[in-house]
Amino acid sequence: MDKFTTLTGIAAPMPLVNIDTDMIIPKQFLKTIQRSGLGKNLFDEMRYTLDGKEIPDFVLNQPAYRKAEIIVAGDNFGCGSSREHAPWALLDFGIRCVIATSFADIFYNNCFKNGILPVVLPQEAIDHLMDDARKGANARMTVDLESQTVTASDGKSFAFEVDAFKKHCLMNGLDDIGLTLEKAASIDSYEAKAATLRPWA
Amino acid sequence: MAPRTLYDKIWDDHVVHQAEDGTCLLYIDRHLVHEVTSPQAFEGLRMTGRKVRAPEKTIAVPDHNVPTTVDRANAATMTEDSRIQVAALDKNAKDFGINYYPVSDVRQGIVHIVGPEQGWTLPGMTVVCGDSHTATHGAFGSLAHGIGTSEVEHVLATQTLIQRKGKNMKVEITGSLRPGVTAKDITLSVIGATGTAGGTGYVIEYCGQAIRELSMEGRMTVCNMAIEGGARAGLIAPDEKTFAYCMGRPHAPKGAKWEAALAYWKTLYTDEGAHFDKVITIKGEDIAPVVTWGTSPEDVLPITGVVPSPSDFTGGKVEAAQRSLDYMGLTPGQKLTDIAIDTVFIGSCTNGRIEDLRAAAAILKGKKIKVKRAMVVPGSGLVRAQAEEEGLAQIFIDAGFEWRLAGCSMCLAMNPDQLAPGERCAATSNRNFEGRQGRGGRTHLVSPGMAAAAAITGHLTDVRDMMGETV
Repeated sequence: MDKFTTLTGIAAPMPLVNIDTDMIIPKQFLKTIQRSGLGKNLFDEMRYTLDGKEIPDFVLNQPAYRKAEIIVAGDNFGCGSSREHAPWALLDFGIRCVIATSFADIFYNNCFKNGILPVVLPQEAIDHLMDDARKGANARMTVDLESQTVTASDGKSFAFEVDAFKKHCLMNGLDDIGLTLEKAASIDSYEAKAATLRPWA
Repeated sequence: MAPRTLYDKIWDDHVVHQAEDGTCLLYIDRHLVHEVTSPQAFEGLRMTGRKVRAPEKTIAVPDHNVPTTVDRANAATMTEDSRIQVAALDKNAKDFGINYYPVSDVRQGIVHIVGPEQGWTLPGMTVVCGDSHTATHGAFGSLAHGIGTSEVEHVLATQTLIQRKGKNMKVEITGSLRPGVTAKDITLSVIGATGTAGGTGYVIEYCGQAIRELSMEGRMTVCNMAIEGGARAGLIAPDEKTFAYCMGRPHAPKGAKWEAALAYWKTLYTDEGAHFDKVITIKGEDIAPVVTWGTSPEDVLPITGVVPSPSDFTGGKVEAAQRSLDYMGLTPGQKLTDIAIDTVFIGSCTNGRIEDLRAAAAILKGKKIKVKRAMVVPGSGLVRAQAEEEGLAQIFIDAGFEWRLAGCSMCLAMNPDQLAPGERCAATSNRNFEGRQGRGGRTHLVSPGMAAAAAITGHLTDVRDMMGETV
């Protein structure tokens, strides 16, 4: 997993609530057995017509946002299914950070496993950043994980909260399976105890 | 010890390790696996030379991609990419030595129906699956939730998950339900009341008389949609109905182990005075048969209502409501019962169990459908066999329904069962998102009885009007 420390990039405004994982990556693209290559189908049904032509109005099709690395969105981003194809598609497109008032739990977790930083900020901050994102490619935002701040192109800065362990893993690009396997002795002793207390499980 | 909730108790019994910052390593008792969210996880194991730590606690079944037509043994019924994905699960199950129900096995079905049916899911367990509807298993008083593929790999390799504890939320449904009102109406009404993010960060415990009065099938329907309310997990304290359901299942304990399990299971309830961070109370008698009008599961109204106007909402929901109305092709003020339906889909992990098929068949008996197409997709091969034995299958077939084999089917439309653009469907499934059942398809979520009623009349219908005729 790639580290995430700081990012300065173009932010695409998506002022919609409940952007669900079916919108982010529709089911027909879940048939892959790989993690890569999903970026071209990110937001597929919003981005392309039925015969595969780009819909010019869609934000990521607009010249200013084709290289966006950040998305600013409304409440409950990533609701719906557990498909990790959603963060894979975002990452493959080049999105490394999503900023919203709230996220669905499973999606939020999945982001951290893929080097994407989901940032939760209050509505007033989102309103400011949404306006900033609407300015297009010349207005770059900076997301700094170390200091836990998002800074708009006008210099206005917003602090955000993030779980210390998740931050540590993301900043260092850590494989958490490796970390857990270091605790194998604890798992062994738990299993031995559970075999006595709950032998049917 | 301070009074604890059911969630607290299950959590405490599964903590392997707790770090100073509160991050826990949680032991997983059952890991359910399907073909769509697992191939990259198994590939990760291969690349790092890791094994499945507890293959005996890992259960796989293909469900999302599989065709549900009776000719599905013919490989030509699947697209190449679907075939590869199912073949990958066949191979991974074999290579890693995990429990497996292949497509050809009569026990195959939707992973969340197979788990309880085979007795893998038991009270007090932690259950995970790379699927958000894993919440279903909470009906047994187990802590069950969906995970992403990276976490699937983590559980395969370590039989644990890195977790922080969620908050406790109580959803109490008091009194009894009125006739024609079902578990589906409860769960949709709760989402309508709390919104799709109302449960985010919480584990919900459903309780109250109306919940106690539900069968295990009904309880699974309620917990199944906890995720649509934002909660990763929903659970219900086990009781005699739970124990009776589990007893004798192939993987349920037997003899002395059963007695020991039962003694433990009887301790699984929320202590008097335990703290809940959020409480929602709904009167059972206030719940009507409901239907969704929009493209979010929170867009719930009683069937007696009318299509709302964007001006009925505030904030970001105003624009969302307009977008939903445009997508759904509806006009504010239109009576819900005037909405014409093209297709009826009965099935899914929400409503693909035997009781759901019985409820639909009770409405359909002796009637003919008026919609263009209607299909029943039983949740498992065993549900299908039982429905055939009970004569339900013939009722569906006589009414004009297609009688299918088990799978996820049109709930998410990964297999060939899809809506065409603009096609309108009354579905017993769980999501009405844009494009969910096929690009441009329009979904109205309903209970099995309501789906059957719509099939007969050709428009959304109050099932209570049909019950008069069948009683």
